[in-house]
Amino acid sequence: MTMIRVGIGEFKSAKAPAVISTLGLGSCVGICLWDEFTKVGGLAHIMLPDSNLSTTNNFNPGKFADTAIPLLIYDMEELGANRKRIIAKIAGGAQMFEIKSQMEMMKIGKRNVEAVRKALSQFNIKIVAEDVEGNFGRSIEFNCDTGLLTVKSVGRGIKII
Amino acid sequence: MYSNFELDVLKEIGNIGAGNAATALSIIISEKVLIKIPEVIILPFNEVIDVMKDPEGFVTGIFFRIEGELESNCVLIIPEKETKNLLKLLLKEDVKDLLTLNDMEQSALKEVGNILVSSFVSALSDFTKLNLKISVPSLALDMAAAILSFPLTIYGIMGDTALLLSTEFYGDSDGVLIDFYLIPDDDKSFKKLLKAIGVDIFDDDTSWNR
Repeated sequence: MTMIRVGIGEFKSAKAPAVISTLGLGSCVGICLWDEFTKVGGLAHIMLPDSNLSTTNNFNPGKFADTAIPLLIYDMEELGANRKRIIAKIAGGAQMFEIKSQMEMMKIGKRNVEAVRKALSQFNIKIVAEDVEGNFGRSIEFNCDTGLLTVKSVGRGIKII
Repeated sequence: MYSNFELDVLKEIGNIGAGNAATALSIIISEKVLIKIPEVIILPFNEVIDVMKDPEGFVTGIFFRIEGELESNCVLIIPEKETKNLLKLLLKEDVKDLLTLNDMEQSALKEVGNILVSSFVSALSDFTKLNLKISVPSLALDMAAAILSFPLTIYGIMGDTALLLSTEFYGDSDGVLIDFYLIPDDDKSFKKLLKAIGVDIFDDDTSWNR
């Protein structure tokens, strides 16, 4: 079994029996996509909702929900996945700190989750399971063979969705 | 983005702030507090987690928003064992589970953060003559990487690399350890700091030779 690690603002795809993981999802969202027929899976660790927020033209597309999701889909298609069969499981988007601030960015977790839902619906990809928002961090592992997503969080045990 | 000279100046500014903060911390815990030489970490986001000692470790995170003439975020990270030790030093009590801290224990931790960060920021403000104010502390007991990734996200709007000024406070005994991270909102924030003390004449190292 191959273990593939995805960093902040990255996305990677792989075929079974690979397991793709990412750690330390706070306000970030982990998006796992899967084509059950070909057993091709992918994981994106996005930090921000929308590439329109970017103050530069040249940016890493893996950072934003709206740019990471289409690229992850193309990546999976290269490995043989069919986008019509792809389903999604998502985790993260927490608000780690309670902050009294006028700054909209302080509530980024919730906005990230909304942006992920929107981007996935544009590709008609259904979210079959999720563990989002709340006020705690998560580490996740996606199994490309079974399509199961393991969510670990401190003091809350392990959840398999 | 930053010349070696500018990085050295930033480290020195960090050193002044950290020195002041270490003194303040040593008074409340009645123990000598030492600091590591501050580092300026500039790394792609996907590699940031790798510089943390234990990214999935259970830690106390204390978050401050710094506003005024320097928009940035400040995070303190205290590992589980050291958090328990700190509570013992401050409140003379043994805490078993950090997920069920009472109000008193939570405020004690916030107060340590407050003393550390406000003395850091006031030294910074004295030195640069910039007007800076800090928010009230906000506490999270969670996974280290999830805590640090939040302020990085804000910096992510403008860049693909993370920028952190970091240092470490540690006690004489091995029971005190606090990691300090200052993360600017954008690239302009640290440049303002440099400008405030007159470092804006040179674009890069080579300009010395022109």
